[in-house]
Amino acid sequence: MAKTTYYVPIGPIHPALKEPIRVEAEVEGEKIVKVDVKRGFAHRGIEYMGMKRNAIQTLYLSERICGICSISHPYAFVIGSEKALGIEAPPRAQYIRPIIAELERIHSHILWIGVIAHEIGFDSLLFWTWKGREKVLDVLELITGNRINYAMYMIGGVRRDLKESHIKALRDMITYYWEFTEHMKEVFLSDPVYKARTRGVAQVPKDMALKLNLVGPTARAAGLRMDIRQDIPFDAYADMDVKAVVPQDIVGEVRGDAYDATMVRIYEIEQSLDIIEYCIDNLPEGRILAIPNYIALLNKIKKTAGEAIGAHEAPRGEVVHYLKYDGTRDGPSVWKVVAPSYNNINSWGYCLLGAEVADIPVVVAYIDPCLCCNDRVAVVRDSTGKMLDYSFIHKKAVEKTRALEKELGVRK
Amino acid sequence: MGKLTSFKRSLWVFHASGGSCNGCDIEIIAALTPRYDAERFGIKLVGSPRHADVLLVTGAIPRDFADKLRRIYEQMPDPKAVIAVGNCGTSGGVFYDSYNIVGPIDEIIPVDVYVPGCPPRPEAIVDAVVKAWLKLEKLEKQLEGKEE
Ligand code: SF4
Repeated sequence: MAKTTYYVPIGPIHPALKEPIRVEAEVEGEKIVKVDVKRGFAHRGIEYMGMKRNAIQTLYLSERICGICSISHPYAFVIGSEKALGIEAPPRAQYIRPIIAELERIHSHILWIGVIAHEIGFDSLLFWTWKGREKVLDVLELITGNRINYAMYMIGGVRRDLKESHIKALRDMITYYWEFTEHMKEVFLSDPVYKARTRGVAQVPKDMALKLNLVGPTARAAGLRMDIRQDIPFDAYADMDVKAVVPQDIVGEVRGDAYDATMVRIYEIEQSLDIIEYCIDNLPEGRILAIPNYIALLNKIKKTAGEAIGAHEAPRGEVVHYLKYDGTRDGPSVWKVVAPSYNNINSWGYCLLGAEVADIPVVVAYIDPCLCCNDRVAVVRDSTGKMLDYSFIHKKAVEKTRALEKELGVRK
Repeated sequence: MGKLTSFKRSLWVFHASGGSCNGCDIEIIAALTPRYDAERFGIKLVGSPRHADVLLVTGAIPRDFADKLRRIYEQMPDPKAVIAVGNCGTSGGVFYDSYNIVGPIDEIIPVDVYVPGCPPRPEAIVDAVVKAWLKLEKLEKQLEGKEE
């Protein structure tokens, strides 16, 4: 019998992917009949390095897990470390931290909206949205001194205070973005072509989203009300009423496709603006660091044992850091990072099956994948304490894929 | 063979990201978008190394990625230039002691222009491309000299 399917490898280097990952698809005509995702090209062994360095160095290393989430990872890290070490950040720092985190969410969401526009062929929109994004980068630069990788957080507070001029710039920015999001809604959500191109593409129903463990805007687009800022509030988030943004609250129905994901992200930008406004209106006075002397801080870490989990809602979903300090060295003895894209990439296999080749970029982009975040090594010990080697885990993973394939009705 | 005139019109750039943190990558895109607008000089990102004059590499290059980077480099037509963007590509940066890093980039392929910074500003990236341009012009003259 003649071969009817073609094999289309995408990546690890591919213009549609900004980062190395490999998607292997088998297509029959325009339809995708089989997909496989290979990751691991960006693994840098960050956790291992972090366990050799002191906690402050590791904090800045955690920033370099991902340049786009260069606030989210340190945020989860400091929350976890503070819990483990019994340090509490002063109230002013607890209000400054969400401001920076929400600024990051704004720049990340606008970045995503530009990328998805680019993926479906609206390059001018990419340029337009990224032009709008420069405003928030300017404010971030004004406050923190850098456009990316801000080095703003510290265990027990923040490193830089907010000045009057910063607050003025923040207020200007808020006005600017209220207009900008209105404009974005018009350009994206009301545009018939955009709607036609994204409605029904990368669609994940609610129960499937739960099954695939999706997180963040991807899960919220499917109608799941989940958001770390709402479920496990911390810092100033606990003082305000943050509610997960879901499509059913905005337009009354949920489809869980790329269009809904766009909508959720645009409305989340507005939510971030509200949060920033609340924080600067209610900014307490006082110190910004619990232990201003870093040597003293490191000494305290050296003497304290404890373990904790720190979680933060990054722009792409929940980021979780597990930290253990054993009281013998000045850095974490165990550090484990779970980044949102790891869960969200699960949706690729599901969304791509039966989709058209032309939809691959949309499916790939709609979760806003961040691969440098998620290439981690997992060393699993079974109940007897035996170390399970990679080939075993790999075999398990393959078996699971096969089982899933059967469940989803993929032809072998 | 006649004169190589392609660079006189525009410079095409291929971007490969190998184990970067993405910080440098988004700054490269930012350099192309309206605020910095490198496209007004004809500098353009292309989708295949076979079309590129300049290779922009970011990241500290994980073990898995090294041979892929070499292949990309070999696919580019001569004359070509390579720019290493970011601290981790030029020296290993924060990832210097990782077990899975085989970089910096110049251990794998020859690098012409280094852009330090974590991440460097878009202005610095545009400047690096201009420097690579000068080098390409020199290479071009050499190539032409040989052909005559
Ligand atoms: S140099 Fe810094 S910002 Fe650039 S990729 Fe490396 S770690 Fe990220």
